[in-house]
Amino acid sequence: MATKASRSAARLMMAPAVILLLGWMLVPLCMTLYFSFKKYLPLRGGDLGWVGFDNYVRFFSSSAFWPSVIATLVIVGGVLAITVVFGILLAILLDQPMWGQGIVRILVIAPFFVMPTVSALVWKNMFMDPVNGLFAHLWKFFGAAPIEWLSQASMTSIVIIVAWQWLPFATLILLTAIQSLDSEQLEAAEMDGAPPLSRFGYITLPHLNRAITVVVLIQTIFLLSIFAEIFVTTQGSFGTKTLTYLIYQRVLESQNVGLGSAGGIFAVILANIVAIFLMRIVGKNLDA
Amino acid sequence: MARNVTTQRKIVNTVLAWGIGLLIFFPILWTILTSFKSEATAIADPPVFLFFDWTLDNYRVVQERSDYMRFLWNSVIIAGGSTLLGIIVAVPAAWSMAFVPSARTKDILLWMLSTKMLPAVGVLYPIYLIFIKMGLLDSRVGLTVVLMLINLPIIIWMLYTYFREIPGEILEAARMDGASLKEEILYVLTPMAVPGIASTVLLNIILAWNEAFWTLNLTAAKAAPLTAFIASYSSPEGLFYAKLSAASTMAIAPILILGWFSQKQLVRGLTFGAVK
Repeated sequence: MATKASRSAARLMMAPAVILLLGWMLVPLCMTLYFSFKKYLPLRGGDLGWVGFDNYVRFFSSSAFWPSVIATLVIVGGVLAITVVFGILLAILLDQPMWGQGIVRILVIAPFFVMPTVSALVWKNMFMDPVNGLFAHLWKFFGAAPIEWLSQASMTSIVIIVAWQWLPFATLILLTAIQSLDSEQLEAAEMDGAPPLSRFGYITLPHLNRAITVVVLIQTIFLLSIFAEIFVTTQGSFGTKTLTYLIYQRVLESQNVGLGSAGGIFAVILANIVAIFLMRIVGKNLDA
Repeated sequence: MARNVTTQRKIVNTVLAWGIGLLIFFPILWTILTSFKSEATAIADPPVFLFFDWTLDNYRVVQERSDYMRFLWNSVIIAGGSTLLGIIVAVPAAWSMAFVPSARTKDILLWMLSTKMLPAVGVLYPIYLIFIKMGLLDSRVGLTVVLMLINLPIIIWMLYTYFREIPGEILEAARMDGASLKEEILYVLTPMAVPGIASTVLLNIILAWNEAFWTLNLTAAKAAPLTAFIASYSSPEGLFYAKLSAASTMAIAPILILGWFSQKQLVRGLTFGAVK
């Protein structure tokens, strides 16, 4: 159906989008790559020449590097575990017959639409504050000493906040996937006497396999770069300095652009490793 | 559901689901409630839930003291503008990929998506530097363009999946009946594409409204949207829970309402069609 004329017209129509995205990707990335091989301190002398792989060596061997990797892994891993496990349970529950299903769905999904700075500040002040927070009242009610959440249990706190934000996303996607499951299969298994747990393990879970993978991959990409939640709560102290936050501090706070750029390149490579797997699934779906 | 469900089981489901639903929603509910309290009531020990003197004072104070309207206006312009720009760039691109696919269409789509995976912090300094050099730092124009660019892949992708659902036969039929390309686009395609474009717009406004990396790092006083305004409450003075709640409620209310309309599109838009 496509003629030669319509082909060139099509190319013309795609050009703005392609050029914009190409520029958006290549220009800053090349600049980061360029800076990463320079000693570049905008506030203390500017461009101080080429230093080869020095920035990379210093970034990886700095005392902040490994703690930031661990903080990142704990947050990503913790949030993934919570959102996937509870997401599956919630999705199964929401798929059951009940009254007011639509409203419950709305209640569950709501946190996803709250802007990150709001959810972080509301949790920080109104729930986790050691004096006036609701948790403190709850702890006192049960006769326990209130916890200083964001300093004593800083990682747990961040994981709770971020998991609350992302649980709706996981639930919604897993629910969509569950609803596409043929209920006759489950009924047949039930009639054959399969107990609920094996029905879940042998039918529901395998069916959800791809949806779970997609949830894990997409969330990993977004979780690797969470920023606002740390920016307005701990500012990276108490062991919550993630890789993203560390790079941000190097680049903008201490204005050591060369060093930060080396970290930036590392973050880009890390995200790309995850992205490759995601792209493979998306690409397969495109053919179908 | 063909299965016979006992009423008893339905009751259990309902109670359990409502309980969990309310628990998850509680932080938002608590914020909304607190926004109607006085500052003293907001930190009352033990906490009060419903029985207090409801007041609109906080809303008034927040608007008077902090120039709230300017932040709101910035959010509206940045989220709306970036969405509009994105749609203008994306509609032709998605249209051509959906209706005149070539051997490379799939690769181009995947490549576009992959730009979305680029971690923002990896390009923070270059963008910052470009913004300074071009005088765009703390400007709504600059932020609008950046947000348009980060969401462009999602817009193109969503539009593409919607456009692809429009059957090509209808276009051929229109052409047989003598419709010109212009008529074809105006009278056949556009009406069929409007629902898809509308949901794409909706999801993109939500994403742009809540974006909190570039909005925090590229703005100061002038162009700061609500995300940055709320962040300014992270180092408060005195009693501020009720005011924080009022400001937060105002910042999230429009998006909560929009969001509830866009549940279905959310799955399509954010999984890039990998889950249907």
